[in-house]
Amino acid sequence: MNTKPEHFDEMRVGDDAVRSPYDSYKRWFDEQPAGRFARKSKEAEAFFRRTGITFNVYGQVAAQERLIPFDLVPRIISGREWNKLSRGIEQRVRAINAFLHDIYNRQEILKAGRVPVDLIARNEAFLPQMMGFSPPGNIYTHIVGTDIVRTGEDDFFVLEDNARTPSGVSYMLENRETMLQMFPELFSRIKVQPVSDYPKNLRRSLAATAPQSCNGKPVIAVLTPGIYNSAYYEHSFLADQMGAELVEGHDLRVVDGHIAMRTTRGYKQIDVIYRRIDDEYLDPLTFNPKSMLGVPGIMDVYRAGNITIANAPGTGVADDKAIYSYMPDIVEFYTGEKAILKNVETHRCGEADSLKYVLDNLADLVVKEVHGSGGYGMLVGPAASKKELADFADKLRARPGNYIAQPTLSLSTVPIFVKKGLAPRHVDLRPYVLVSPEGINITPGGLTRVALTEGSLVVNSSQGGGTKDTWVLED
Amino acid sequence: MLGKTAGGLFWMFRFLERAENTARLVEAGFRIALTRSQDSSSEWESVVTTAGVCDHYRKKHNDFTAANVIDYLLRDKDNASSVYSVIKSARDNARLVRTALTVEVWTAVNDNWMTMQELLKRPIKETDLPRVLDVIRSQSALVRGALHGTMLRNDIYDFARIGTFIERADNVARIIDVKYYTLLPSTSFVGSSLDNVQWETILRSVSAHRAFRWLDEEDMTASSVARFLILDPRLPRSLVFSMKTTVENLNYLAEEYGERHACHDHADQMLKNLRERDIKSIFDEGLHEFITGFIHDNNALGLLIERDYKFYN
Amino acid sequence: MDLRITHTTTYAYDQPVSYALQRLHLRPQSNVMQTVLDWSLEVEGGVVELTCDDHHGNIMDLVNTTRGATELKVTASGTVRTQDKAGVMGKVYGAAPLWHFTQQTRLTEPSKAIRALARPLKTSDNPLRDLHGTSAAILNAVPYATGQTYTETTADEALAGGAGVCQDHAHIMIAAARAAGMPARYVSGYLLLDDRIDQDASHAWAEVHLPTLGWVGFDVSNGISPDMRYVRIAIGRDARDAAPIQGVRMGPGDESLIVTLQVQQ
Repeated sequence: MNTKPEHFDEMRVGDDAVRSPYDSYKRWFDEQPAGRFARKSKEAEAFFRRTGITFNVYGQVAAQERLIPFDLVPRIISGREWNKLSRGIEQRVRAINAFLHDIYNRQEILKAGRVPVDLIARNEAFLPQMMGFSPPGNIYTHIVGTDIVRTGEDDFFVLEDNARTPSGVSYMLENRETMLQMFPELFSRIKVQPVSDYPKNLRRSLAATAPQSCNGKPVIAVLTPGIYNSAYYEHSFLADQMGAELVEGHDLRVVDGHIAMRTTRGYKQIDVIYRRIDDEYLDPLTFNPKSMLGVPGIMDVYRAGNITIANAPGTGVADDKAIYSYMPDIVEFYTGEKAILKNVETHRCGEADSLKYVLDNLADLVVKEVHGSGGYGMLVGPAASKKELADFADKLRARPGNYIAQPTLSLSTVPIFVKKGLAPRHVDLRPYVLVSPEGINITPGGLTRVALTEGSLVVNSSQGGGTKDTWVLED
Repeated sequence: MLGKTAGGLFWMFRFLERAENTARLVEAGFRIALTRSQDSSSEWESVVTTAGVCDHYRKKHNDFTAANVIDYLLRDKDNASSVYSVIKSARDNARLVRTALTVEVWTAVNDNWMTMQELLKRPIKETDLPRVLDVIRSQSALVRGALHGTMLRNDIYDFARIGTFIERADNVARIIDVKYYTLLPSTSFVGSSLDNVQWETILRSVSAHRAFRWLDEEDMTASSVARFLILDPRLPRSLVFSMKTTVENLNYLAEEYGERHACHDHADQMLKNLRERDIKSIFDEGLHEFITGFIHDNNALGLLIERDYKFYN
Repeated sequence: MDLRITHTTTYAYDQPVSYALQRLHLRPQSNVMQTVLDWSLEVEGGVVELTCDDHHGNIMDLVNTTRGATELKVTASGTVRTQDKAGVMGKVYGAAPLWHFTQQTRLTEPSKAIRALARPLKTSDNPLRDLHGTSAAILNAVPYATGQTYTETTADEALAGGAGVCQDHAHIMIAAARAAGMPARYVSGYLLLDDRIDQDASHAWAEVHLPTLGWVGFDVSNGISPDMRYVRIAIGRDARDAAPIQGVRMGPGDESLIVTLQVQQ
């Protein structure tokens, strides 16, 4: 599909003017000799491949490791724009944690009728096993990756909250590292806020949520499903950068009431586990008994206050696409303030009026599965064929409660490097947020995902999207 | 360190060592096939036997031609010990233990794997074989170089070294065992060209043919070749050298962890068995029996290390 | 009434255990119906790793079998003083909201036949009476018989099979009550029998929540509401939540289970 010409471009105003955050960069870019960028592009790819920064694609042969294409042109955000964004994100993340604590304890928001009981009761991400329990610091989502899109100078929308296990932060770090290697001179010309403290902050943030029973320096481990998982690179990268052990379920046991890892010198207690496996597989004694990835008994150890699990099990109930539509209410209920960041207008197909509207306007809407992620099972109305629309309408009628619909947003574009020079492509942004009893820390920048095909709005890496370094300027 | 990580390091380096040894075996076989006019299939058969994969080979191929054997040992994905397979396993293990490796070591292993994928994509022409084997060997050397040049001398390094030398001892012992009859003084015809070729092959398979000549201490006789491969502490692929290095690294572990295990006593005993012997007493005992015993003890040592350092549940 | 209970569960393994965990619900708590006078839990062949509350407010113990053990023996014993409250637990609530107990589980998913049982409850002007009616109808359709069902049998399967034990009765009762929109839950515990002390298994019954009375118990198997002969141990949405023991074991081999239970005055 072709985007409407009126979409917002983050670099250009009109035909030749450049928006101020891009001033210095554009001047530098225009000074570069022809051919330098194409060469650097190849260098960057070789660098990624050698380092092994790859991801596995679901549904493909296990051994298939792919690179996410990296574009060398940074996405630039001014310090002023960032401040507003980060205030909005912080507010939202606070509200999400308060919401989770409430939902798993007193459920005041349900009693107040601000969120329908059914939305929680029928939500597969709601884990009854979390009821009547408060995790250390009352923190549920320690690590958040809020997906944000922009449609205008001052128009930022939250697209998804990603409160359970946001991925991609390793790309944020590697992208910056690559840019520093490729264009060191740029960083002396333009003052960009650093992202490199993220692993240190992550470690600190996790350590600060260690359970009370932990005395001494908390031992942190990253729990991965293993080397064939699509995000394994990121798991090992984060463990490495934090100086934490990278463990799998079969490395762990319950020992002396704690979770302990098998080392060459016997079992060693873990205080905080940053788990990158889904709730369902976390504890075969509590959830899916067939899970080979999990740690039996970890939920009991958790409830006994002997380990911190980050993010907390059952956090998914807050980042569900059906809950999403209630986020403005949720923010207001727990913070007493209006939400700073906007929500995209969302039609809940489970409601009869909405379903009718969605079916009538399917060609203009984006329809998503309530529990889906990664762009799978989603319909982009304006890009779909008649047959695709008809097929999807059948799915909608069969299980309306499984879908929400949103207007097709005119996502902002930023330039990418193509053969002919710079060309605009649609982007989104995932900043990374850390929550601990010491406060909320948002790394300035984040992961910019870009739809590499002209006009495309799908930025997911599993569907041909690429990434960019994201600069927040010191201004 | 996680027990799993120790196991991953141990196996990663066993696989890397195996790749190198397999390449050497193929090279020796290729050489003997080139230099001998008559049918070389028995030579290729002994190469496959030495690699320890003869049974599986026979399921796939009826005869031992150069092309089949080379293909099977270098690039067959069904052969878990082919160079392709072991480099892949080494890299999988490297991924598993990535947090324990320096960037240099990881990159070297990853490069190795990417190189092998390209190098072994298509069947290898005989004319191209020397270059291919050369690349395999130099890739191994790059990993080893990165290990020596960048890794801390701690338990991580120790497990890497132990894996390397247990594998090496096993490979060399099997080379000796497959050819042991040519090394027996009683059955060899001293100075015959047949024996010279056989001994040369053996020495080549452990990259020791030039070293042997350089040492120039003895004539090339069955017992001098056997002594060199088993008992010479100067040769980095001799059994005694491998054992000595394994014992050293096990001792570093005991020091670092403040604890000795059954594997330490077992390894000490194995080293003692080599050091206290001369080649005559080994021939008196029976070379085959001696080597078979060594292979068995070496396997047992691997299992003890695996247990004592909790590689698995 | 003071009830003395000794409940022993023995797992015998045909191969030494490498790693096994058992989650126990074997500690009664004091409430309006019962006061725990003394209680102890002993484990042979394993250790209690931790003790904590679960989301239904039950006390659970996590037991780790000793590596290499071939037998694990768990003995819960003590004395509980009970009173007859005619099965009315009342308006006593934990962290789990009532809507949680209106949700069916895999074991209680209602079939047509269960919905039919629920029909009179939906329009009832005297739910207490009609729940007793449902209870009687269930016992009539599913006479008590051992060996016909197992721990994973669903309410639907037990009803269709026409035979079952207290667990099946409770599941069908819960399924029917929920199908009628009433919160209902599973209770595991002990029952003093008139004719003997030694029993083969612990007991289970259902509780349904009525706006007037709060939680009220129904022991379908015996056609009554629990009285002073009953001791409650744990509650949940189904037997899986409230099971006295459930576990996971790594590695090969088989296990066999022997339960001995004495309940006496």
